[in-house]
Amino acid sequence: MRVAEAFRVAVTALQANRLRSLLTMLGVIIGVSAVVVLVAIGTGAKQEVENQVNGLGANLVILVPGQLEFGSAPTRSRLELADADRVGRAIGQPGDVAVTLASGETVRAGGNSAFATVNGTNAAVPRIFNRPVARGEYLRESDVDTRRRVAVIGPELADALFEGADPLGRNVAVGGVRFRVIGVFAPLGGAFGASRDAEVHIPVTAAQRLFDDMRVDALAVKAPTTEEIDAVSGTALGVLQSRYPDEEFSAVTQDQILGTVGRILGLLTTVLAAIAAISLLVGGVGVSNIMLVSVRERTREIGLRKAVGARQRDVLLQFLIEAVLLTTIGGVLGIALGVGGSLALAAAIEQLPAVITWWSPALAFGVSAAVGVFFGVVPARRAGRLDPVVALRSE
Amino acid sequence: MSGAAGPGGPALEAVDVTRSYVLEGVTVEALRGVTLAVEQGDYAAVVGPSGSGKSTLMHLLGGLDRPTTGTLRVGGRDVSAMTEDELAALRNRTIGFVFQSFQLLARTSAVDNVGMPLVYRGAGRAERRRRAQAALERVGMGHRLDHRPNELSGGEQQRVAIARALVGEPQVLLADEPTGNLDTRNGADVMALLEELNAEQGVAVVLVTHDLEIAGRARRQVRVRDGLLEDAPPRNQQHQGAVDFDGGSVR
Repeated sequence: MRVAEAFRVAVTALQANRLRSLLTMLGVIIGVSAVVVLVAIGTGAKQEVENQVNGLGANLVILVPGQLEFGSAPTRSRLELADADRVGRAIGQPGDVAVTLASGETVRAGGNSAFATVNGTNAAVPRIFNRPVARGEYLRESDVDTRRRVAVIGPELADALFEGADPLGRNVAVGGVRFRVIGVFAPLGGAFGASRDAEVHIPVTAAQRLFDDMRVDALAVKAPTTEEIDAVSGTALGVLQSRYPDEEFSAVTQDQILGTVGRILGLLTTVLAAIAAISLLVGGVGVSNIMLVSVRERTREIGLRKAVGARQRDVLLQFLIEAVLLTTIGGVLGIALGVGGSLALAAAIEQLPAVITWWSPALAFGVSAAVGVFFGVVPARRAGRLDPVVALRSE
Repeated sequence: MSGAAGPGGPALEAVDVTRSYVLEGVTVEALRGVTLAVEQGDYAAVVGPSGSGKSTLMHLLGGLDRPTTGTLRVGGRDVSAMTEDELAALRNRTIGFVFQSFQLLARTSAVDNVGMPLVYRGAGRAERRRRAQAALERVGMGHRLDHRPNELSGGEQQRVAIARALVGEPQVLLADEPTGNLDTRNGADVMALLEELNAEQGVAVVLVTHDLEIAGRARRQVRVRDGLLEDAPPRNQQHQGAVDFDGGSVR
């Protein structure tokens, strides 16, 4: 029998039982759309992280104390401000080493208050990180040297504290100490964790006094080119290692962060998609079940077709096509629902990025067709093997 | 006609054919040694009480089933040597079935019902429609091409079914109680049609019936009782030499 004819017969059969066909497809629809949505969110999350990490700046090397491995205990830093100068001299970029000493603090202005990350930094930050200031200016070297109480705040924090009024020249209070706002960062956006748009940067020297902590958490340098990242991190690590022989330090690059985060998110996406795929399997069982019912209902038709010359494989093909049609139509509807759902979710929830990749709908379609073949073959074979004499007699 | 029978050879030929089933561990002998030939252009009625084995004989003659022992030739070819697919092709080209309950596909137009057997020859849609239309016109249903079975009377449905049996230009029409579900007048019309086809197109007609009046119209009657043809001796144990298993080389 021609495939086209089998196709036509299958469509007619599905149309004859519209509601049943739709309900049978539902399992596949839900499974496919769940896979598409979860993959879209997983991919979106990964891309968002990549954007953020790459948005930090180029060729960064961040020097942190301790072994940077999963499961290792956080290490109390012994780095101090002078180490920044040592590293800077060693890598031939004196003055171009950013430092950080951060703490979560409540920041107040007037009657308003907000919780923010207060980050003690130095004037090297804009030369190393991509951290544009929208209004005013960033901290200067002299601010750090003289421990001036000035601050650059993120736009989100500015809105929270000053409610639209110009924050420049106004004061914010951190831990009871007042800082004058000299700059407002340009918005960076960001979906994960604490928003960097709610940070406060103050001179590291002021932060050390404020937090009563003469150390710094980490250093950051920028390699002139991508090729020099390894050399720069090697040199910097060497300096720190010789200064603190019994301590360990790690140089973290953006590639490492992306690799680690990418692996975690990739694994998470795979696990979630696999769970969603279980519902696709359940949908396949439903298809198998309803195809067995269909074969039983149409036993006489099968008998007749065999009596007038249908071969076993003609009948098999007819029912297999019907099963595959059920799952692929379900697959297409599921893809539409999944894509629509992903876009709707991404639009409705700002923190939830979703990216539709070309391969996830294609894969979903392929898998649903395969589910149709896999779960359709048993009923179809049963139909093909029916004895025409017995089949014609059935009621 | 495109059958494989040699000129003058019988369209259907059964030699000492038996057919037994195993039902719940009990062997039931539906046919116990039947020898029968249906010549080309023949018009025979198979009669007998229900359970006599006449339906089993019909299924065997139509290539829907295979004999347990004995030789069955359809269009000159030995059925026992044929594969399932060859048997399907045989049913498609050599035999036309007419059933008591019409067996039309619901939700399918008359012309599509009639064209359905041609699907399994790989005929295209246009050819199927053309030939189905011709067959429907032949049985006087040319004005009902696109009607569905539930829009037709019983007599009309059986005519469509006859057109379907005819569309492949078979050598033999096998009709199993073709008037069983029809009133007297429609039954007579259907019989007249079958006789007309037999006389004008030379297609052999074998009809199974328990209606002796209808059987009486056929050129000859074959009486089946308890799995045997009446007027024929029971299966002869010495007769095994006639069974041919080597691929239908007997001509």
